Order: sequence, then structure tokens, then C-alpha cells
Amino acid sequence: MSKTLFQKIWDAHQVKSLPDGTYLIYIDRVFLHERTGSIALQSLAEAGRKVRHPEQVFCTMDHIVDTFPGRGDDTVMPSGKDFIQATRKEAKAAGITLFDIGDEQQGIAHVISPELGIVQPGLTLVCPDSHTCTQGALGAAAWGIGSSEAEHAMATQTLRINKPKLMRVWFEGELNSCVTAKDMILHLISKFGAHGGAGHAIEFAGPTVEALSIEARMTLCNMAVEFAAFTGLVAPDQKTIEYLEGRPYVPKGEQWHQAVEYWHSLVTDDDALFDTEIKIDVAEIEPTITWGTSPQHACGISQTVPELESLASEDARTAATRALAYQALQPGDKLLDLKIDCAFIGSCTNSRIEDLRKAAAILKGRKVASHVKAICVPGSQQVKAAAEREGLHQVFLDAGFEWRESGCSMCFYAGGEHFGKQQRVLSTSNRNFESRQGPETRTHLASPETVAASALNGCITDPRTMMRTN
Amino acid sequence: MKAFTTHCGIAAPLLRINIDTDAIIPSREMRRVSKKGLGEGLFASSRYVMSDSRELNPDFILNKAEYANTTILLTGNNFGCGSSREHAVWALAEYGIRAIIAPSFGAIFYQNCMRNGILPVVLSNEAVMQLSDEIMQDPQKLKIEIDLQEQKVSSKKGLHFEFDIETGSKEMLLNGLDSIGLTLQYEADIKAFEQQTQKQHSWLYLQN
Ligand code: SF4
Repeated sequence: MSKTLFQKIWDAHQVKSLPDGTYLIYIDRVFLHERTGSIALQSLAEAGRKVRHPEQVFCTMDHIVDTFPGRGDDTVMPSGKDFIQATRKEAKAAGITLFDIGDEQQGIAHVISPELGIVQPGLTLVCPDSHTCTQGALGAAAWGIGSSEAEHAMATQTLRINKPKLMRVWFEGELNSCVTAKDMILHLISKFGAHGGAGHAIEFAGPTVEALSIEARMTLCNMAVEFAAFTGLVAPDQKTIEYLEGRPYVPKGEQWHQAVEYWHSLVTDDDALFDTEIKIDVAEIEPTITWGTSPQHACGISQTVPELESLASEDARTAATRALAYQALQPGDKLLDLKIDCAFIGSCTNSRIEDLRKAAAILKGRKVASHVKAICVPGSQQVKAAAEREGLHQVFLDAGFEWRESGCSMCFYAGGEHFGKQQRVLSTSNRNFESRQGPETRTHLASPETVAASALNGCITDPRTMMRTN
Repeated sequence: MKAFTTHCGIAAPLLRINIDTDAIIPSREMRRVSKKGLGEGLFASSRYVMSDSRELNPDFILNKAEYANTTILLTGNNFGCGSSREHAVWALAEYGIRAIIAPSFGAIFYQNCMRNGILPVVLSNEAVMQLSDEIMQDPQKLKIEIDLQEQKVSSKKGLHFEFDIETGSKEMLLNGLDSIGLTLQYEADIKAFEQQTQKQHSWLYLQN
């Protein structure tokens, strides 16, 4: 029978179909972080249960840990240290691998898992973090769960779940200049709504996706959860295999060849059926930016904030009215030239080396507007080291950006550092919810190119106007 | 886990769409490595006048006298979307919420509810509106009744709605069962699966 990619992975992990219509699905890898993983480990230990396969469980310090140079266990967030130290203690007791502060492999879970080859095509990986779907870019089924589910996965190496519906989002056509995977996913969510992918495992496919780099595919899959999807994934191809080869946790020798052979089979069969199919011609996408407080509140950068009458439902109009009051905007307002106070380049959406290279290409030899507070936070220590080898850190520093240690940092407000009330932030992260980046902070989501160009001008700027011809 | 069989309680309408887990409990309120002590942080951004104070915002629905002792929330599409933090559910449970009625839920949040004895009930937008319209007339008296066994929601003035729930989760909630314990009944199946994959896909297994 013809099968989709997700169906193949699902079938290969089905331990049992349960009498209630759910399935017992085998979980190959569990990833944890100090904010939600600490409590899962602690609660498991308190219940007197053991981690079934500690060698398949990994943990990092990314959410609460500070990103200032010279950081340690102390954090700006009050009590952050408790989370860090509890995580260290529980990780050690459970015998799992921890990427601790100071470790050269430390970084944001969804950045380091692919970077270290922990996630691989065809396997199942869960993490008590909603953006776990990022890792689907490698052709794995990777999804976010709660802490109780993480306990369940660690204790039993399985989860009991409903089978998600299957969706394919097909991107075709030639990308316009300065249009990136970030713009593609924001465009998709704005067009079909933040609820558009609910209940679905989404395969991103089509010639445009095939042409994307592995890192760009991660950006695309990262925001599947902002589309309410169960997860997102991309079929592994030659690029995926080349990306993974030689990374620390991938199979070696004969096992590598066996794995690669298996990975080649992980494609959607020609006549396999999806419950839902969406097709998008990327030629219609321009650099995209959000204006409101949901990722669906997005539009092309040259557009204006929509008129309320143009929105589909009463609910959408009520939400937009509230969002605009929060963002201090009016229907019909132009986005271009809107003054910004801060710029943030980082997060599991856009903090990998290619993101930093693209931003640096725009920043090189230029200066951030004097009123803008600009911060760049590499997604991992390895990304940071690579950027420093290329001299990118100097470009950021010379332009007036802060250059940080890796972590989630200003992507979300944990109770420590934040951008300040009513500050307008242009951010490469994935959530523009009210107070996400700090109490009353006004977030606009965009690509690294758009954030870099806007930081320079001190106002929302179309990156195409800042490209160099040489 | 606290069992859920039937519940009759005061409901409060929070009729916005896309209420995310950051709104249910802001990150700054997750202060300890604990599932406890989170109730106070529930809806902190709207419940208190200022983010750093505990002075109640009189305009927030749960702070109004008519809605004292609310145990059921009526809300819009995609409730609990966003961050996977289970703290949102722990905070709701500690505050005393037993059930949430919405047209749809964030997927991770939905599962988290099930694991913590809160019943997420999916009803159509129209049903949520009808229930809200009724209870708003006198929230303390016009309570809503939920019967999980029968999968029914009813109001004092005679509205009745049926809802779907998968049987496994229903059993777990009805009996207050622990899902890890339940799954470990399948230990033999899990073992057999592991042995088979170890043969077929040996590279999947990492060695320390
Ligand atoms: S970078 Fe942001 S979105 Fe990504 S895992 Fe960290 S907090 Fe979550």
C-alpha cells in the first residue's frame, strides 16, 4: 500500500494498537531542558521510577540560563539557579547526557539535537517543548509534549497517542529576493490561520522545499506548532545525509551504510493520500512580518495593517482589535518605516550559522541606529564558535549588536532579562504573543535579513533595499 | 490523579480565541521546580493590576463577585495553544478549575489536561455561546453540569450537548488512573518491539 512519509515512521514505531483507538508508539529519543525537564526528572524520581534507557535521553540548559559573557549558575531570573542546579542533580542521578553550562556542545535543544546528529531521519523524538517540531526537518517524527508525557516517555520508552491526520503543504515556484523559509511559514500561517494545521502531521514538500538548505528547513518546521500542527517534517534527501555525516551521534561504519539505505526509503509514495493538501506558489510571497499578537497576524512588509472588515470572523475581529491596541497600531497603518526600539536575532527559529551569515551580510560595515538596542544570540556554542571563526561576531559587534553566549535568551521572558514595557522589538523568534518577550513588549516577527535591515535604519525596513550589489 | 466523574459548577466565559499558555501562566510565575504553588500565577497578566503586584484587577472576570468559585471555563478556539508548559494545567487545577469547554484546544495542552484530572470538553462555537449567554444571566445560580460517563454537558435551563472523548483518556479520568502504570501493563509488547528493532535497525540504539 502507498504510504506517506509520516505513515512510514508511524508504522515502524507502532508497538501496539490499543483497545481505545489510541496507539502505543515507541519513542527513540527524549530531549529535555532545565525549565520543563527538571520537573519531569524530579517527579519521575519521586514516584520511584527509573529512566528506561538513559542513553537515549539528553538534556540541555537553554531556557533559564543567562546568555551574558562569563555566565554561571546565577541568573537574572530570580530562582533560575534552582532550576539549573536541580536539573544537573537529577540528570546525574538518572544517568542521562547533559549539555551543561560551559560545555562546548551546549545550546538550544532544537539547535543542538540536529547539530550533534541526535535526531536522525525516521526516528521518533519528543521533548517537553512545543518547538520540538523543528527537528522534523531531518525527516524524523519529532513533537512537543508536556512534562507528564515526558515522564511517561522516559519510564516506558513509549507514548499513548492518537494518530494525527496527514497534511501536505506543497511549496513551488521561485523565491523572490530576500524571501526565506521564515517568510514562507509566516505567509502560510497568515493565509490559513494559527489553527490551520490543527491535528495534522504536516509534510512540507515540493520543489521549493527541496531547494532549501537543511537549516532553512528547520526554520520552516519550527513554526509548524504556530500553525497548531502536531508536527512538521521534510523527507530526508541527499542534503540530509550530507548534513548528518560525521556528526557525533550518528551511526558509524557499516551501521552508517545500513542507516543511509533505510533513510532512502523514507519518502512519500507517489500515490499516497493525505487528509488535507495545500499548495502555495512562493512567487506570491514577499518578506513577511507580523503586525499583531498571533503569528497569523502577518502580511507582506510593503502592506498595511488590515482593515477589520477584511477579517473573516467576529472572533478574528475581536482578537485583532485587542492585538492592535496592544501593539499601538491602527488598521491601515503602514508597517514600513515604523520606528523600532530593539532588534533580536536568535531563538530556535533563526539562530543557526546561515541565519547569522545572512544578517551579517547586511550589517557589514554599517551601524545600528543609535536608539536601537540590538542583541544577537547564537543558537549553540558550536554556532557561536563557527561564527567567530568566520569573523561574523566582529561584524555584529562593529554594527552595535551585543554578542552573547547561546541559549533561548530574549525569545521569551522567564522573569529575568527583558526588553522593557511598550518597547517595539523586531525579532527572529517564533511567538509574538502578548508579553512573550517581556511585560507589554511589542513583538514583530520577521526573518534575520529583515531584522538586520530594520536595526540599521531604526525602523521597519524592507531588506531588499539594503542588499548590496557586489 | 484526581478522578473526574460528574461535576456541577460555576462557569466563567473567557470568550477569546487563541488564549495561549503564556497568558494562562506567564513564565515569570514559574518560580520553583515544582508542580505546586502555581495557582496564584494563573492568568497573572490580566488578573492583577500590574505584572509585579498582587492587587486584583476588578475588570478581570474571575475577580468579579458573580464568578467567585468558578470551576469551569467557557472559551474560544485554540485554548492553550503555544508553549508546552504543563504549569498552565497545574495552575488551573490548583485554582480549582475542573473542566474547560472550548471549540478546540492546543494539542499538547489537551493531553496535559487529561493527565492532571481536568476535563477538556470540545463543543461547537455555537454551543459555547449558548451556554455563555445563559450562565451570564446569573452565574452563581445557573451552574453547568458535566457528566463524563454519559459524555454530556447540561445547563440549568435545559441546554444539552454531547461531546466526544477517546475511551482510554475517559477511563483514566473516570478512575483517576496513572498512565505510566497503565502502559507498563504492556511491558512484554514493548520488550518484544525493542528486540525486533534492535535486529532490524541496530543503529537506532545508542551506547553510552
Ligand atoms: S528559543 Fe524560544 S521558542 Fe525556541 S525553545 Fe527557546 S524559548 Fe522556546
